[in-house]
Formats: sequence, structure tokens, C-alpha cells
Amino acid sequence: MSGRLVLAAALGAAVLAPLVAPTYQALLMLPFMAYAVALLGLNLLFGYTGLVSFGHALFLGIGAYTGAFLTSVFKVRSMEVILVAAAALGALVAAPVGALCVRYVKIYFGMLTLAFGMVFYTFVLKFYRLTGGDEGMPFLRPALLGRSLEGLSKIDYLVGPYYYYSLAVLVLATLVMWRIVRSPFGLCLKTIRDNPTKAETLGIGVARYRWYAFVISAVYAAVGGALLGPPTGNVDPTLAYWTQSGNIVFMTLLGGFASFFGPVLGAFVFIYLQDWVMSIVPFWRLIFGAILAVIVIFAPGGLAGLLTPRPAAAPRP
Amino acid sequence: MTAHVVNLVVSGVFHASILFLVSAGLQVVFGVQKIFNLACGSFYALGAYVGVSAVAWYAEAGGPPALFILPLAIAGVAAGALGVVVERGLLRFVYDRDETFQLLLTFAVVLMMEDAIRMTWGTSPRSTAGLYLTYGGVHVLGTTVPVYNLIVIGASLAIAVLIGWLLTHTAFGCIIRASADNREMAEALGVDMRRLYAKVFTLGTALGTLGGALVIPATAAMSEMGIELIVEAFAVVVIGGLGSMRGAFVGALIVGVLRSIAISVYPELEMLLIYLIVIAVLVLRPRGLFGGAPA
Repeated sequence: MSGRLVLAAALGAAVLAPLVAPTYQALLMLPFMAYAVALLGLNLLFGYTGLVSFGHALFLGIGAYTGAFLTSVFKVRSMEVILVAAAALGALVAAPVGALCVRYVKIYFGMLTLAFGMVFYTFVLKFYRLTGGDEGMPFLRPALLGRSLEGLSKIDYLVGPYYYYSLAVLVLATLVMWRIVRSPFGLCLKTIRDNPTKAETLGIGVARYRWYAFVISAVYAAVGGALLGPPTGNVDPTLAYWTQSGNIVFMTLLGGFASFFGPVLGAFVFIYLQDWVMSIVPFWRLIFGAILAVIVIFAPGGLAGLLTPRPAAAPRP
Repeated sequence: MTAHVVNLVVSGVFHASILFLVSAGLQVVFGVQKIFNLACGSFYALGAYVGVSAVAWYAEAGGPPALFILPLAIAGVAAGALGVVVERGLLRFVYDRDETFQLLLTFAVVLMMEDAIRMTWGTSPRSTAGLYLTYGGVHVLGTTVPVYNLIVIGASLAIAVLIGWLLTHTAFGCIIRASADNREMAEALGVDMRRLYAKVFTLGTALGTLGGALVIPATAAMSEMGIELIVEAFAVVVIGGLGSMRGAFVGALIVGVLRSIAISVYPELEMLLIYLIVIAVLVLRPRGLFGGAPA
């Protein structure tokens, strides 16, 4: 019951944040919400299916570049169209990539996803005539629900309509993911994670279910990637680099992969802590690396694992 | 035309020599400890910076320029001592964990080392002024090849032979191979795994730092060089086969030479081509060219 209270309080705070919090803090909510969407998907693969992708930045990149291409090349400014196109392209790429990747587990799965991620990264980096290379591409201000909103200043747009739009996408993504993990399909994924042999004997098509999870997680990552674009107004290849894939796995672990809301918490703590640390010292990686090491060694359940007193039914991914 | 080909091959093989050293470090750690060490690229970067400092110090102390390679190599190997710190200080806590956590712990080392290097040496690239051409060049088929490249290629070959001899002709190598094959059995026969892991990880680290130190007269040291090299070393070990030294050798040659050809023929393809090969190998032959059974 207290879980629902916490959730309601968190949602209430998120709704009120642009009205009461300083603008800067409210702006930081935007990348948080974008990453939270992507991480909900990543965790379907990591926490629920037991596959750790080290190349998911690929799908963040696909989502972000879809938005950049649509707004700046094809003059399509509707955010709904962008999100649907990002999801569709994410699924389109994830279908063959996933089909190859899910034939392996553990380290080989991680390596293959990393390789695909790097193919995409080098592609956007090297074909600069198409993608702008390392300078990236502009992601022009998208119209929300058919309203162009060009009259607003950038800040008013971001902490106003765009903020609530992102929040709505996050809530919707959370509800859908909640349904997915509670469904028989979600149970099958957990069975596959805990005991693939048993799952196979029970008649679950292990490879097929892993593939579904892969494609769904890619769609989430692509939607999250598309949401990342408008706050900066620019999309560049670092978004798809392998360290970015590492960072999003880090966020998931930080929050706790064994819990449904763990990754969302992880994204929140990561974004705000990173901003705070960077305001004090420029060397955030040193501190974050140390935090990651401490979590891996002493608290593999992440923050959610520390907050919940009962012994975490911690799955081994 | 022949001059162009010679240039391509020499620069490709030079890069392959460096790649081999780093990949060999990756392989020996993976072979024995079954940990895919993402930090080996960071060790390479560390070796590069330590090498720059050592050479600068040596030049200031007035050492003869012709012998700069000695302090360079010594500094490179000595920087490998960090390996024992990382192994004893961090990695030993996660040996009984899932390999995902081991991988993430090495990623934590990557993050920490990138900034530790920035804190120590600053953010601007550091290079060894002019040492690259100390040894001059030799004329081969109408082109000039820097002698330094040939020295590094020779050193890398010698190290490859040395590692081969170490693995097949010494008691230590025998223990390494036995532990890689069957850890429990090796332990039951009295191998002290704690010491072995510390030694193997330090050896792996020293190979990476030496690679970094040797590359430094040819290119400037940059803080991102580690995270860039690790993805190439990753390609090498996947193509060659995880855990195999012969695989690291052949894989490094393939990646090094292909990269050099791609850069000259169609630069856009540079790394793209290599990752496409990696994917093809993983899909068609996940063990790589020389690897054991896939896990």
C-alpha cells in the first residue's frame, strides 16, 4: 500500500515540479523522463529476461535521429508522428538484429549487441553528408498534439507543454510496461530468465520470447531517444556510443534491476547526481565509476534493493 | 603503386602490433579468469601517458635520444603494476558473481580511469616531440618506412613468441593453461587461485600498458584513446576467438591491415567494415577463428 502512496507522491511532485521548482531543475526532468522510458524497456530485457545488452544506445540513437531527420529534412514537425516513426524504425531494426542476438546469452549476447551498436555509431559518425557527422543534426521544435507552439520561448516551451507531454509519454509507457510484465508473457520471460531449460520443457519458445522482449525494449529505447532530442535541439553520435550503452545499464543497476520502478529511480538519481557532481568537480566519471564499483560489489540490488527491507528475490541476469 | 602498398602494409602491421599487445592482455585475462576486461583500453591509455611522462623526464635528465625506447618500455611495463591494485582492490570481490557484474565492474574502472588520467595529465593531447623519427627511416621499394615502426613490429613479434614459449614451456604457463581449462581441477591439484589471478591480471594489464607506451612516439596521448581502442581490441578477440593467443595474433593482423586499407581506399568504411566482420564472425562462427566452445 505504501508503495502506491510513494508512487502517487512521486507523480504529484513531477506534475508540480515546473510550477514550484527552479526552471533549471525542471529542465533536468526532461532527460530523466526520456531515459526513464528507455530504461523501462531495457529492464524488460535485463531484469525480466536476464539478457544484458551493451548496445542499447543503438536504439536511443535511432529514435533521436528519426526525430532529427523528420523535423529538419522532411519538415515533419508533429511529435506524435515522430514518436510513432521512432517506435516503428526501432522495431524494424530490432527485428533482424534481435533475431541474431537472441541466439546467444550472457557475454556473447552482450558482445553482439555492442558490435551492432558500434556499426550504427560509425555509420552516423562517418556518413557526415547524411547525418552531419560528429556535429550532429538539428532536432527542430516539434509540434505537440497538432499545436505548433512556435510563439513560446524555448524555456517556456520546454518546461511547459513539452514537459507535460514527456510526462504523459512516461506515464503511458509505464502503464503499458506494467501490463506487459504482469501478463502471462511477462511471467514467461521471468521463467526464461530463471531457468531456460525448464521454460523450454514447459513449451515456451525461449528464443522467440527473448526476441519479443528485445524488440519491445528497442521500441522503448527508440521512443526515449526521440524524447531526448527536443531539450537540446541537437542530436549527435555520442548518443549511440558504446559508453552510452554502458551508462544506461549503469542507471538500471543503480536503481535496481530487480524492481519494476528501479530503473526509473536509477535514471532520476543518475541525472540529478551527475548534474550536482559536475557543478562541484568536472570529474564526474571518477565519482560515478566509484559509485558503480560500490554498487556492483556491495549492493547488486541497487537503490531499490536497499530501500526494500525484504530479501530481494534478486534474479541473476 | 608498390610504394603505396608498402606504406599501407607497414602502417597496418604497426597498428596490428599494438592491437596484439592489448588484445593479448584481454585474452589472457579472459582465458583464465573468464572476465571480459573492458578496462584493458584504459590500461592502454594509462601506459601511453606514463610513457610520455617517462620520455619527457628522460629527455630532461639528458639521456641520449637514441635510447629513449628503454625508459619508454620500462615505464610501460611498470605501469602494469596497477593491475594488481585493480584485481586485489576490486575484481576479487566478484569472482563468484554473474559475468554481467564482472563486466560492469570493469566498466566502472573504465569510467574512473578516464577521469583519473584527465586529472593527472590534463585534457589536452600529449605527445613526445619528434622522437618518432629519431631512428630515421629505411627506403623500401620507393618509399620511406620509419624505423621506429619496424622496431615496434619486431618487439611485438618477440613478445608473441615469448608468450607462446611462456604458455607452452614453463610451469607457470602450464598452470595458466590448466586453470583456463578446468579451474576446479587445477585448484584441487594445489594451484593457489588467488595468487594466480593476481599474476594473470597483472600480466594482462602490463601487456596493455606496454602497448600504450609503445604507440606514443607515433601518435599523441589523448584521454579518449582507451575507450576507442577497446572496441578495436574487442573486434580482434571476437574475430580471433575469445581466450586464444593465436586468435589475438591473427585477429590483430586482420583488423590492423584492413583498417589501414579501408582508411586509404574508402575512409567512411574504416570501422564499419571491421564491425561488420565482427558481426559476421559472431553469427557464423561465434567461437572465432581459434576459440574454444562458446559459453
